Amino acid sequence: MSTPPVTDGHSHDEPVDENLPARDDLYANPGLEEHHWRPTDVDPKAEKRAERQVAALFTLSALCTVLLLVAYFTIDADDTIGGLGAQNLAFGLCLAGALLGIGIGIIQWARKLMADVEIVEYRHPAASSEEDRAVTIQALSDGLEESGIGRRPLVRNSLLGAVGLLGLPAVVFLRDLGPTNAQVVANPPFPGSGLEHTVWTKGMRVVRDVVGSPIRPSDLEIGDLVNAEPEALFNGGEDGEPMEGVALQVAKSKGAVVVVRIEPDEITPGKGRENWSVDGILCYSKICTHVGCPISLYERTTHHLLCPCHQSTFDLADSARVVFGPAARPLPQLALAVDDEGYLVAQADFDEPVGPSYWERG
Amino acid sequence: MDTSKVANSNTTTAATAKKPSKAAAAATWADERLGIATMAKKNLRKVFPDHWSFMLGEIALWSFVVLLLTGVFLTLWFTPSMGEVQYNGTYEQLRGVHMSEAFASTLRISFDVRGGLLMRQMHHWSAMLFIASMMIHLLRVFFTGAYRKPRELNWVIGSLLLLLGTLEGFTGYSLPDDLLSGTGVRAADGFIKASPVVGTYMSFFLFGGEFPGESIIPRLYTIHVLLIPGLLLALIAAHMLLLVYHKHTQWPGPGRTEKNVVGYPMLPVYAAKAGGFFFIVFGVTALLGGLLSINPVWKYGPYDPSKVTAGSQPDWYMGWPDGALRIMPGIETHIWGYTISWNVMLPILVLPLLMFTILMLLPFIDAWITGDKREHHLLERPRNAPTRTALMVALMTMYGLFWIAGGNDIIAIKLHSSINQITYFLRMAVFVGPVIAFLITRRWCIALQRKDNETLLHGYETGIIMRSPEGGYSERHLPLPESRAYTLTARERDPALNGGPEGTDANGIPAPGKGRLAGLQHRVRTLWYADNVQKPTPAELEDGHHHADHEHELQEGVEGHAADGHQFDGHHLVEDETLRNH
Repeated sequence: MSTPPVTDGHSHDEPVDENLPARDDLYANPGLEEHHWRPTDVDPKAEKRAERQVAALFTLSALCTVLLLVAYFTIDADDTIGGLGAQNLAFGLCLAGALLGIGIGIIQWARKLMADVEIVEYRHPAASSEEDRAVTIQALSDGLEESGIGRRPLVRNSLLGAVGLLGLPAVVFLRDLGPTNAQVVANPPFPGSGLEHTVWTKGMRVVRDVVGSPIRPSDLEIGDLVNAEPEALFNGGEDGEPMEGVALQVAKSKGAVVVVRIEPDEITPGKGRENWSVDGILCYSKICTHVGCPISLYERTTHHLLCPCHQSTFDLADSARVVFGPAARPLPQLALAVDDEGYLVAQADFDEPVGPSYWERG
Repeated sequence: MDTSKVANSNTTTAATAKKPSKAAAAATWADERLGIATMAKKNLRKVFPDHWSFMLGEIALWSFVVLLLTGVFLTLWFTPSMGEVQYNGTYEQLRGVHMSEAFASTLRISFDVRGGLLMRQMHHWSAMLFIASMMIHLLRVFFTGAYRKPRELNWVIGSLLLLLGTLEGFTGYSLPDDLLSGTGVRAADGFIKASPVVGTYMSFFLFGGEFPGESIIPRLYTIHVLLIPGLLLALIAAHMLLLVYHKHTQWPGPGRTEKNVVGYPMLPVYAAKAGGFFFIVFGVTALLGGLLSINPVWKYGPYDPSKVTAGSQPDWYMGWPDGALRIMPGIETHIWGYTISWNVMLPILVLPLLMFTILMLLPFIDAWITGDKREHHLLERPRNAPTRTALMVALMTMYGLFWIAGGNDIIAIKLHSSINQITYFLRMAVFVGPVIAFLITRRWCIALQRKDNETLLHGYETGIIMRSPEGGYSERHLPLPESRAYTLTARERDPALNGGPEGTDANGIPAPGKGRLAGLQHRVRTLWYADNVQKPTPAELEDGHHHADHEHELQEGVEGHAADGHQFDGHHLVEDETLRNH
């Protein structure tokens, strides 16, 4: 078969710029390669075979669809095949078979039976023709001229101002997306609201998380770390009920602490924190000062606490100083005391905001 | 050639309608109302060139369609609410546990809605496929120079699609409100709070008050199912329209030039191939969803702000900024009562925006450096633009190292090494690695260019060893077939940049108005092309051919006798052996 004529594409009337890559041909363009007939083009047997293959693939797809429907009505939710959920496995395989049958079939059809003669199409420059552009620019300037937008700056500028101003309500009306931190502090929806506060108060018991049981110093051996929470989570709701919903989530997200017992000799108490521990028992915020993940990976021999999110590491024996990782500040420490009944309690709320840094934190 | 046997279904000319067919009648009906014939006449038989790498963007397109289909299914049962409920569903391990309605409804989709788990897993898998194929498609477009004029804007649209796809992924996997994704949302809150001045305001507005509040899931839901998909759809439409308008790029080759496009027509071949490929992408997603578990949220449990699991990681495409966050030193400035968290702001807010800006500007940077304002429709092999290729490999290396940093804890465990050492190493490697990768890639490309020239001038290696009468051995080279030689040389010659920049006088004084920037441009341009190997000049080619002819003469004596050596092992008769001719 004959190949369509081709131009070499390297027109030589373009101005030559020495600073640009140059286009030149070392060999004459040999033109499109000759078309080769496929077996399915010349051999009716091969053609029939391909036809049957395609039809078989479509049939396979139909079969899988039927199987899919059968599986939907027959397989129970708790059936398993080889440890996998039978439903999901059967649905997935049948659906895949149904879809792949159609897909592979169509492509087989296209490759084997549809004409495979390459066609040449000529490109057009992305730009419009010079005439079109001139007409458009003329129309544009005519339109602008007739509108008088250039001649009447008063009209134009006042319109721009008015439309621009409309952007303001579009932003302002988003104001009620939420209260600001200052509003939350001024008008606390829950106890301990606002970034600077937590639900901890003077005398609040430090209790084990999940169960809520109070902790005696003697319950902890040296090297122990206990995940703890403020007692308010368990009795701070209405009528002494456990807290619920958003109040609970907010209180938890700032109030969670870890309690550790370290050999008193190994502790380097922070300045002014000499009496914040009870018999070597220290309490720190569990919320990482980096971006706020709860921290819990403790290495008892080094007293290091590692954040599982970004691996900031804090030395609990040394005021939770950062010893490694991207965090910039130590974990806030909760001052501990023992109440009349011998349980661990907070001396006061944290003396600094817990969790990640923010602009106004100071 | 005997074409009389050609199957009659495969005519090479367009079929002529014998009588008005039903299709024609339908087309007439539509055209009388929509006037689509004018547009369709050009596009129905529109030509698309064929190459496997042109399929990568198609994977992204079709996985987006799968995302839409499976996503709509999921919305029928998902409840985007943070209201607290006690779970009493089928999954025994969590019965009685308090959780948000979002998490409870995700469990319901996974365990009680037949096919729900499959759709959830297919949705997640196709999201992975969507983003991965966009990235690989981006690399293909960059490495082959397909982003050059007139396609720069389509590159920008594509970059925006990648950015939006990533955000869509994040908002999507946050919706189930499980422990892992909730930890991610909390970290995101930390990122937002690290923004200077407005951080806490943005956090409180987004969460409807203090973290976690009860607004974030419904808000993310709106963003995930309405806002971003709408933008994605609009941008994908624009991407496709531009593709059709510009016509697809093609590889150079016999008959393929800057002025034409050679390939198969849209109807029927590409319509069939693309349509069939949609079913294949859909089918593969179904296979993945059926066989491979992904995001098993029931194992993580509901979100609890006091809990976390070790090895917490975001989805892989969010891994590189997370890695940057992990290896950033903990620097924070306290000034005039305000806090600037460099340790969070730089890696997670500044770096990704910077990288995306660089990505979007790449076509314009390239055009500025080369000064090339011409249209390009022929693709370039990566080796023929060594600096460009090296630039992307450097960016990929940086991406890869940040990504590795995002798994520093897992690597430390698997390789039994110290997380501290890995982190210190990566702090340095993210800067040094890309430079090394750049240098190696550049030299590698140049070496490949040399190899191409070698083949052009001296022919290809036949693998046949010749022994001369004197006993010397040499490998026989044969000239390339014409079409191959044409393809290899169908590339541009880089400009020879000697002397000062354009517009400078003999003393190197820039012309007025050009100034310093012209000098910089010239210097960068010189570096851009430095050391590249040009295709041979006609004279070199002539020389090379002479040389080859001469060799042929020398070998003529043994032509037809010598063989590749195996014949002379004493076990074969050699009389009828001839040299294998390729």
